[in-house]
Amino acid sequence: MKKYESFVSSAVPLPIQEIDTDQIIPARFLKATTREGFGENLFRDWRYLPGNVPNPDFILNDTVYGGEILVAGKNFGCGSSREHAAWALYDFGFKAVISSFFADIFKGNALNNGLLPITVSPKLLDEIFEKIETNPKSQFKVDLENQKFTILDTGKSTSFEVDPYKKMCLLNGYDDIDYLLSIQDSIEAFEANQVTF
Amino acid sequence: MGKTLFDKIWDNHVVSTLKGGTDVLYIDKHFIHEVTSPQAFDGLRKRNIQVFRQDKTVATADHNVPTINQHLPIKDDLSRFQVQKLTDNCKEFGVTLYGLGHDFQGIVHVIGPELGITQPGMTIVCGDSHTSTHGAFGAIAFGIGTSQVEQVLCSQCVLQTKPKRMRISIEGELNPGVLSKDIILYIISKLTASGGTGYFVEYAGSTIRSLSMEARMTVCNMSIEMGARGGMIAPDEKTFNYVRGRKFAPKEKEFDQALKYWKTLYTDKDAIFDKEYTFSAADIAPMITYGTNPGMGVEITGHVPTLEEIENPKTFNKSLDYMGLEAGESLLGKKINHVFIGSCTNARIEDLRMVADYLKGKQKADHVQVMLIPGSKQVEQQAISEGLDKVFAEAGFVLREPGCSACLGMNEDKIPSGEYCVSTSNRNFEGRQGPGARTLLASPLTAAACAVAGKIVDIRETLDL
Repeated sequence: MKKYESFVSSAVPLPIQEIDTDQIIPARFLKATTREGFGENLFRDWRYLPGNVPNPDFILNDTVYGGEILVAGKNFGCGSSREHAAWALYDFGFKAVISSFFADIFKGNALNNGLLPITVSPKLLDEIFEKIETNPKSQFKVDLENQKFTILDTGKSTSFEVDPYKKMCLLNGYDDIDYLLSIQDSIEAFEANQVTF
Repeated sequence: MGKTLFDKIWDNHVVSTLKGGTDVLYIDKHFIHEVTSPQAFDGLRKRNIQVFRQDKTVATADHNVPTINQHLPIKDDLSRFQVQKLTDNCKEFGVTLYGLGHDFQGIVHVIGPELGITQPGMTIVCGDSHTSTHGAFGAIAFGIGTSQVEQVLCSQCVLQTKPKRMRISIEGELNPGVLSKDIILYIISKLTASGGTGYFVEYAGSTIRSLSMEARMTVCNMSIEMGARGGMIAPDEKTFNYVRGRKFAPKEKEFDQALKYWKTLYTDKDAIFDKEYTFSAADIAPMITYGTNPGMGVEITGHVPTLEEIENPKTFNKSLDYMGLEAGESLLGKKINHVFIGSCTNARIEDLRMVADYLKGKQKADHVQVMLIPGSKQVEQQAISEGLDKVFAEAGFVLREPGCSACLGMNEDKIPSGEYCVSTSNRNFEGRQGPGARTLLASPLTAAACAVAGKIVDIRETLDL
C-alpha cells in the first residue's frame, strides 16, 4: 500500500443518504478477479443511462465538479460487504470520502485500501455541501497526520477520529497482513490453549 | 458484573489487543465463495504464503452460478472464469470446496448450518455481509471485506474493534400469517437502515425463543440491513437438537463435552447492554417494503409515508421515483409481474415447505413469473423427496437449482427494468435485482400469496384463520 500523504483538493458533492455499495459498484461488475479497473463502473447505474449514454444529471459527468474527495450523505457504504466498492472509489481517483456517518464494513474496507473515511458532524457536512454549491472549485485540505480537515477558503478546521493503528498503517503504507504474520507465534500459542470439540 | 452472550464469546477469542483498542480476533470457521476471494488468494500468492488453517476454511460456489442446467458449463465467460478460479485456488491451497455438482453445494449461509459446520460459541466470518445468519446458533458471525479474507486465510485472525452491545427483545405470541421475516422487517423499519451501526445485536424474548432454527436464521440474517455488524440468539434445546447428528457436528462424547460448554452461552442476568429495545409481537403484522433500503417497510395494509411523515425529502423522493410510487399510496392491490422466493434469508427447507403447503390447490396468476430457488443442493433434494416439487409444478412454480440468484442478479436471473418483484430476499436497493428492477421485500408466505393473486395482497385475507 502507498503511504498516505496530506493533500489539498476540490470535492465532488453527492448529497444523498444511505448510498449502498450496490450503487457504488453493482453486483454484475463483481466478476473480475483482480483489484484494478473497478473505477470504470463506479456508480454505473447513476452515471449512465440505458445504452451506456452518460447521464448529464449525475455529478461525476458534470465537468464543473471534480477532485480527490467525495462528500456524501449519511450512512455511506451500507449494504453488501463488497470491498470492490472501496476499490472502485480509489481506482476512480478518490482518496477520501466525507460523510456524517459510515457503514461499518465499508469503513474498514476503505481504510484497508488507502481511502480515508472522514466522519464530520451533520452540521459541518451541510456546510461543506453549501460551500461546494457556492463555489465548485472550493479547496479542502486532508491532513491525516494531524487528523485535521480544513476548508481552505475560510480556514475553518475540524479534527476527525481515526483508529490509531489504522492511522499508523496508512501513514507508513503497512497493511494488516504484515502485522498478523509477525505475531504468528502468539496466534499458535492461543490455539494451543483453545478448547476444541 | 455479568457478561453478555456476545462478550463471553468475543473475549474467548481475543489473541491480543493493540494500542487504541483493536483486537486480534481468532476465527473458528471461515467460509469463502467465488466473488470475494480471488484477490485474497492472489495476495497469498504474491507473498508466497500458504493458507494457515486449511481445516477451518470451507468454500462453495453460490453468488455467480446459474440456477438451471448446473451440470453444463457456465455460459457467461466471466462467471465461468470466476467459478473456475475458485476451484483452482481451493486445489492449490488445499481448501475444501463444495462446488457445483457437489451434494453439499449451496448458498454459503444455508450450507454452514445444515452441515453442522456452524456451532454455538464459534467465531465465523465470510466475505459476505449476510454471514450474520450463523448468529442464530449463538455464534459471533459477521461479514468481512476481501482484505480481511486474506487476513484470515494467512493467520486465522481478523483485526477488529469490538462493537457495542444491543439487545432487541420481542415478547408475546405472533399473530397468524406473521413470520420471522416480518419480525425483522418490522424491527428494521423501526430502527432504520443505520440504527444498528456500531452494534452487535442479541435477539431475545419469548417470541424469539418460540421460533424454529430456520426462522431464527432469517432474523439474524438481516441484522446487517440495520447496519449492525451481526446478530445472535442464545442457543437452547432447539439449537442443540438441530446441530446434533449433523455431518460435521461433534459426535458422541465430544458432543456431550461441547454441550456442556454451549449451555454456558447466555447473557447473565446482570449484564448490561449499551442499548436495549423491546417490541411486542402483537404489534407486528405482515410487512412489505416500498422503498430502496430495507428500513423503508410498512405493514402490508399500510401506505407509503406522506411527505409530512419523513425527514429527508430528497432521498425519499429519489427512492419513490425509482420505485414508481407516490407518497401516501397504499400498496394493496398493486399489480406485480415477478416473485422471487430464495436467498440466504428465505430458501431453507422450512420456507419451501411453508410455501408448498400454502400453494396446494392454487395456481399462480398467468402474468406472474416466479423464480423459486432452493438454498442448497440438500434443500433441493429434501424438497423433491417430500414431493414439494410436484406441488410447486402444479401451481406453476418451477423449483430450480441452488444459488444466490436474483437476490443480487450476478447471474442471468434478473428482474426486468421497471417491473415489480415481490422478493423474499434481503435488499431492495436500486438495481439490486437487475438495472431498474423494483423490489418489494416480504415473507415467503406473502410472496406466494402475491404470486397467486398477481398483485399485492394481505396473506391474512387468504388464509383460513
